[in-house]
Amino acid sequence: MCRVSTQATDRDEALRVTGLSVTYGTATPVLSDVNLVVHQGEFLAIAGPNGGGKTTLLRAVLGLVKPASGSVALYGVPADSFRDRARIGYLRQRSDVGVEAPVTVREVVTAGRLPRTRRFGPLRTPDRTAVDAAIHRVGLEGLESMRVRRLSGGQQQRVFLAKLLAAEPTLLFLDEPTTGVDADAQEQFAELLCELNSGLGVTILYVSHEFGAVERHVDRLVLVNGGIRFDGAPHDLPGQWHDPSHTHAAGHPPHKSTPPKDR
Amino acid sequence: MGPLDLEFMRTAYLVGAIVGCTAPLVGLLLVERRMSLIGDGLGHVAFAGVGFGLVLGVEPVLTALVAAIIGAVAIEWVRSSRLAAGDRALALLFYSGLAGGVVLVSSAGQFNASVNSYLFGSILTISDRDLVLTGLLGFVVAIVISALWRSLTAVAIDEEGAAVTGIPVRVLNVLVAVLAAVVVAVSIRTVGVLLIGALMVLPVMTAASLAWSLKSTAAIGAALGALTALVGLTAAFYGNWAPGGTIVLVAAMTYAVVLTVTALRRS
Repeated sequence: MCRVSTQATDRDEALRVTGLSVTYGTATPVLSDVNLVVHQGEFLAIAGPNGGGKTTLLRAVLGLVKPASGSVALYGVPADSFRDRARIGYLRQRSDVGVEAPVTVREVVTAGRLPRTRRFGPLRTPDRTAVDAAIHRVGLEGLESMRVRRLSGGQQQRVFLAKLLAAEPTLLFLDEPTTGVDADAQEQFAELLCELNSGLGVTILYVSHEFGAVERHVDRLVLVNGGIRFDGAPHDLPGQWHDPSHTHAAGHPPHKSTPPKDR
Repeated sequence: MGPLDLEFMRTAYLVGAIVGCTAPLVGLLLVERRMSLIGDGLGHVAFAGVGFGLVLGVEPVLTALVAAIIGAVAIEWVRSSRLAAGDRALALLFYSGLAGGVVLVSSAGQFNASVNSYLFGSILTISDRDLVLTGLLGFVVAIVISALWRSLTAVAIDEEGAAVTGIPVRVLNVLVAVLAAVVVAVSIRTVGVLLIGALMVLPVMTAASLAWSLKSTAAIGAALGALTALVGLTAAFYGNWAPGGTIVLVAAMTYAVVLTVTALRRS
């Protein structure tokens, strides 16, 4: 475990989701009536079967998907009017640099600093220092000028994490960040997250259907399959659900609607 | 007598170099948004603007600029709305633009050789006024891109990640579309509306296989674009060919050569 859970109070909420439902134009909602409170400093794993709505939950919270009903508050402020967005970092599923042209580690991490800088002109010295610090924190110093696509899958994940860290976020949303990465790299990545959580107090929501690597680091596990099916400490998870990728075997059938891509 | 002895060629070289330099800078941003063919589509829409200009007796480059900007904003709206029929909407916009242009130009009684000069460029029609206009707009495009480089590339690298952290993604995307419209309009005289898309994209593709970073891709792309325009104009002068086609063929051949050499070196 990274850290002892902080005492929950109303004031230290990082995220509150109330009565959230999402439909993709079908009769069956992808998520229905989700209620979730995440306190600052928590390291939360969100697990569940593919198509169960984990990614949708994250995207709805971040405003990338419009919910049918319900509300989201970030740090006590309704998400729509939450202005301190630089505090949020989001690593999407199957992350890749969006560009075909060669792009270096430093260029990607520098892009992540943008929320904390002015939008125009060259990077100022304190921002450069923050970029260097983020690269150093994920252990990629010496590789700054390397092209991202020439790095291993595990190293690329660390580049994307450094990109988030460059903005010094306090709340990270990571959507299956280690998919396709080997077990060693997954373990290193989990330890890195643990350091961020315990050392810097960063709140982390980690979505995965194969969350083995982070299972022992998290305070709390939330199982999502159309709604929240379990919310508690990982060791309290009922035995038959222990493989979260097979939640539906425990009496919660997967949705029949055709799942949209990247759900 | 060489091309530099003629004033119209000196003007053409200057305009060509400016367009050649700025087109790939905008092109890089389009390519990275997987919108490589947008320059081509905007050219079609700009042609409708040319038609309006001829009918109304207004400078066609200016009306083309207005039409291209309207088209660019519409395209960006369709793209960002992720409309299911977005692809068809764009096809409708592009073909209506070209067809509308043809009808307007013919109704203005100008459906003759001058149409070709707008479609494919013509060295002889470049005036000093075009040079000033191209220089001015080219300068604005280059300044805007370099000033907002970090913002524009951050959106290209990870659009959703940028949106989530409060970066005004939509504004920046509209800006890129408008910059593309400006480049299309100013390049009418040199390469023409039907071929400008190629000058936006081909040097970027070549640069990407030579470069080592995003910034170097932009720099090499701009340099290659300018060089391509100069070589193309010279070849067009001696061969008495349409400059737009010649410039684009030079760009395409450069890409083919670089691709072949890179492949051979790898094997």
